[in-house]
This record gives sequence, structure tokens and C-alpha cells, in this order.
Amino acid sequence: MSSTSNPSTHHTSTIGAIGAPSRRNTELALLVFAVVIPVFAYANVGLAIDGSVPSGLLSYGLGLGLLAGVAHLVVRKFAPYADPLLLPLATLLNGLGLVCIWRLDQSKLLQSLPNFFTAAPRQLLYTALGIALFAVVLIFLKDHRVLQRYTYISMFTALILLVLPLVPGLGANIYGAKIWINIPGLGSLQPGEFAKIALAVFFAGYLMVKRDALALASRRFMGLYLPRGRDLGPILVVWVISILILVFETDLGTSLLFFGMFVIMLYVATERTSWIVFGLLMSAAGAVGVGSVEPHVHQRVEAWLNPLHEWKLSRQGVYGHSEQSMEALWAFGSGGTLGSGWGQGHSDLIKFAANSDFILATFGEELGLAGIMAILIVYALIVERGVRTALAARDPFGKLLAVGLSGAFALQVFVVSGGVMGLIPLTGMTMPFMAYGGSSVLANWALIGILIRISDTARRPAPAPVSNPDAEMTQVVRP
Amino acid sequence: MSELTLTVMRLGFLAVLWLFVIVAVQVIRSDLFGTRVTQRGARREAARPQQAAARQAPAQPPQQRDRQGGGGRQRRNAPTKLVVTEGTLTGTTVALQGQTITLGRAHDSTIVLDDDYASSRHARIYPDQGGQWIVEDLGSTNGTYLDRSRLTTPTPIPLGAPIRIGKTVIELRK
Repeated sequence: MSSTSNPSTHHTSTIGAIGAPSRRNTELALLVFAVVIPVFAYANVGLAIDGSVPSGLLSYGLGLGLLAGVAHLVVRKFAPYADPLLLPLATLLNGLGLVCIWRLDQSKLLQSLPNFFTAAPRQLLYTALGIALFAVVLIFLKDHRVLQRYTYISMFTALILLVLPLVPGLGANIYGAKIWINIPGLGSLQPGEFAKIALAVFFAGYLMVKRDALALASRRFMGLYLPRGRDLGPILVVWVISILILVFETDLGTSLLFFGMFVIMLYVATERTSWIVFGLLMSAAGAVGVGSVEPHVHQRVEAWLNPLHEWKLSRQGVYGHSEQSMEALWAFGSGGTLGSGWGQGHSDLIKFAANSDFILATFGEELGLAGIMAILIVYALIVERGVRTALAARDPFGKLLAVGLSGAFALQVFVVSGGVMGLIPLTGMTMPFMAYGGSSVLANWALIGILIRISDTARRPAPAPVSNPDAEMTQVVRP
Repeated sequence: MSELTLTVMRLGFLAVLWLFVIVAVQVIRSDLFGTRVTQRGARREAARPQQAAARQAPAQPPQQRDRQGGGGRQRRNAPTKLVVTEGTLTGTTVALQGQTITLGRAHDSTIVLDDDYASSRHARIYPDQGGQWIVEDLGSTNGTYLDRSRLTTPTPIPLGAPIRIGKTVIELRK
């Protein structure tokens, strides 16, 4: 269509260049904002519970501010063109998590429990370690494509990390789910959190090489591209492994995360909707099959379908039942639209795991629907920046890795919040950045570090063209 | 603590939290575009005759182009803008401020060409050390033409000389 045939499409716009903004000052401003909000919340908790500003306000505020400042300086030095939003968003979530854990530490009810300990100082320590790991990733990972060399090493690392909790003597069965390992002298660790990063690296490296075979060799049937039988191999293997995790570790969350991440990356690598259909069918079949056979998973499903009955059984002292699911739902309900305000809810009635798996219930009660929505949007923005990074990345490995990491992050947020809110059966995973737990905080800061590295590479302006001496020699004679 | 203070703090905290979300979304919005596009709505009337002239340009090219091609000799009259004179983007201008201008179908090009004859990274226009603007074909399938000749090496652009990529014609103007 030539321009003369359709004059209405003529543009009257001017395209002006914006000289490659690094957006570091935007990041700093947002970061200050992201530190001020938790400090405000902290003062609010103190005023509501004791009627005075808490004495630790200055030290917690300075601690969080210092950590955020260090992270910002590392980004400024080692990843100057990185995305300006990832760091402030993660800092805000981490800060709010710290405040919420501290708030639950103040609860008289929880203090009276036999296994109570003040979790907030430990969580601040884990945050410091997490930021340190974030800095290490940015300093030593100069180019994310280096990870491509470790495709199969990552696979073995991930498999070992996933299998570790099953090793006798090392693994620990904590309340039915075998996703922990005990390290003598150091405490317990959730290796699944680190496995998700290693798996993303492996899937990205593997799919980058194999995607053409998986995408092109297919038959068309009823609007769907059906892959050849032999190309179903990889997805079947991953499916079987995720089912094995479900059976042996009895953890629905890790299994869903593992399989879901593979399906997302397969879809992005091949652009074939049929993989999504296959993935959903296979995970549904697997979950239903295992859910009706394996007793622990079956009980989780029953508790999800009839939370009130489960609560009654638990109250009657029947072994192996838990009243938490129902109490989390009550916490959300009593929060209403605007919440009860920091420090004025009763989510401590959940007792066990109130500050880890069920931390979202405290937010739901004290900040209400309005607060939960804001928090979920902050999570969504992190995922959005990850996908945006994938779109901007120039190399296929970086694209797939960014999609895989942000997809895993999104799945984890969905699995945990869906479990606490009663949308899907409850699992033993933690809310990234917010929940109490060292492994989760460390792994997620490393994940954000890798995303920032990819976004720095993607947004870095192309180098100025070097004048070619050969071209000068054969230049056209000027008039 | 009085009930009123706590209520104010409760609502204040939610307001601050949402303010953060809104600010973050604003940052995303300002981050979406690699180039700044300003609509010249007020001057649209004035622009029309110019477009009409541009549309007639191919009908009587030789004299006009020769006349303007002479400007290439006076290199001190550095061009200040790049103008699209033909194709679907007719009327679009890009200010020349020493930056490299990329042309092609790729989304991150300065000028994104919606043209089956253009490659995704078709050509680029950049200043050399002396400030002379150079056009270079980036290995495109259908080639880049300066006047009538297909480019094989980076070539200096005379003022007003038409550069043709597929159905799009651009030129540098003062």
C-alpha cells in the first residue's frame, strides 16, 4: 500500500532521541520510598500495641536503609542500565515482611507457645545475607550467557537439590512435607528454593537448543499443532519427575512449580499453544491421581474442600488435622475491605507458621482487601518487569531465562497465596521475600540479581559504530 | 493511643502503599518508549501542503533531486533533521543530534518500518568523527538505495538526497 493511496495514514509526528537513560536516580527515589513505607508501618505497629513509638525504630529503619543503599550502589556500579523497578519492589516486600514478622513477635499469644523465638532479628540477618548474595551475583556474573555453559551441570545440581530432602539422616519431615534438610550447626534449609534457579538455567539452555525440533515438527489437528510422539519425551520426563516429587516429598507446591515452569518456558520457546493444553491436562491428571492415592496429599485436598470440618476435627484433638486453613480464612474475613490496622488484628490465633506460610493472612486482616491488592500488584509488577526484560533481551538464552525465573516467581506467589486464601490446596511453600525463612529470602534475592543482570545487558545502549578502515579505503569518490 | 490517630494511620498507610504502586506504574509508563514522539497537532494544517509536495515528489524527481543533491558539497551546512518523504510514515521527522538512527522492522529501531521489503535491521545512519552523516546498509535482503545506486559500503549522505528502503524514502534536511 503506497502512501499516496491512503493520505489519512500520514504521520505528523517527530521522533526525538532520548540519550540512553540509565534510570538510576529514579531507582534511588523509589528505593527511599520503599524504605520509608516499612518504617511507617513499624511505627504504626508500636503505636497500636504499646501506645509508643518502638525503641528499635531507628535501628530497623537504618538497617533496612543501609541494606537497600548497598544494593543500590552495587547496581549503580555493576549494572548501570538495569531495570529501575526490580530493586525497590523487592525491598518494599522484604521490608513489609520484616515489619509483619516483628509485629507477630509482639503477640502475647505466640510468646506463650513452647517453641517461640523472636524471628525478626533473624529475618533481618537473612535479609543482609540475601543482599550480600545479590551483590555477589551482580559482581561475579558479568554476563548471564556464562550460565549457558552450565546447562547440564545445572540439571544435576537441581536434581540433587530436589532429592536431598529424601536422603535419610539429612532430610527432615516437618509436619508431613519432606522439603527440608538439616545441616548440623546451621539449622534447616529448603533446597527447593535454590533448585528453581538451577532448573530455570537448565530449561533455558536445553530449550534454546531443542526448540526448533519441538516447534516445527508437528501435525495440525483441530486448530492445534500436535507434536510428534518422540518429541513428547522431554515433557513426559519432567512430568514423571514432578509426580515423583509429589509422591515422595508429598509437596504439591514444589511439584507444581517445577512442572509449571517447564510448560511456561516450553510455550515461550516454541510458540505452540498445544504445549499449554498438554501441560494443563497432564498436571491435572497427575494431581488428581496422586491426590486420591497418597494419604498426606489426599488429606490436604480434603482440608481444602471442607476447611470447617477439618477445623472441628482438629479442635476435637484428632491427630494430623490442622485448624490453620479455616483460621486464615477467618482472618481474611475479619479484615474486610480496609483492614483492622497494623497491630490490631488477631491473626496470631493461627499460632503455628503464622509468620511464614500464613503471613499473608496477617496482611489480609490488618491491611484488608485494599492492602492485599496493593501487595499482589507489587508482586505482579516484579513479574511484569521480568517478562519485560525477556522481551528486551537480545539473546534467546537470556529471554528464556528471564521468562523462566519470573514465571517461577509468579507460580510461587500463586501457589502460596492461592493456598492461604483457599483457592487451591495448601502447600508448604513460602511467600517470596515476605515470609520468615532464610532459604526463601536468599534464593529470591539471587533471582532478582540474575534478572537485574539480564535487564542491564538488554537495556544497555548499542556501542557507537566503529569506523571501518577498509571502508575508508574503498570509499566512493565524493562529488 | 486514641482511636482517631490509629484510624488516620491505618488509612494513611493504605494511601501511601497505593501511592507507591501508582508511582511504580508511572515509572513503567515512562519506560515504555525508546523514543519520544510528539504529535504536532497545532501545526497539522501547516504540515499538509508540505506532505502534498512530498507526495508529488516522485512525479518530478530529476530536477529537484539534482538541485538538492548539490547541497552535499557544502558540508558545513550540517543537516538538522531527517524527514520521511514517502511511504506509510510520510511526514515523520527525526532530529539529528549526533545519535545513531537505525531503520528496520525490528521494534527497537529508531524508525520502525512496516514494509515487507525492509529487513528487521535494514540500515543505519550515523555521524562520523567529522560530523558527516553516513548511511550504511546492514546486510539487508532488498538493499538500500542512495539516489539510484545500491549501497555496498558506508556512504556519506548529501543534503536532500533520497535514501530509499522498500517503499520508504527519507532524506536529510537542514
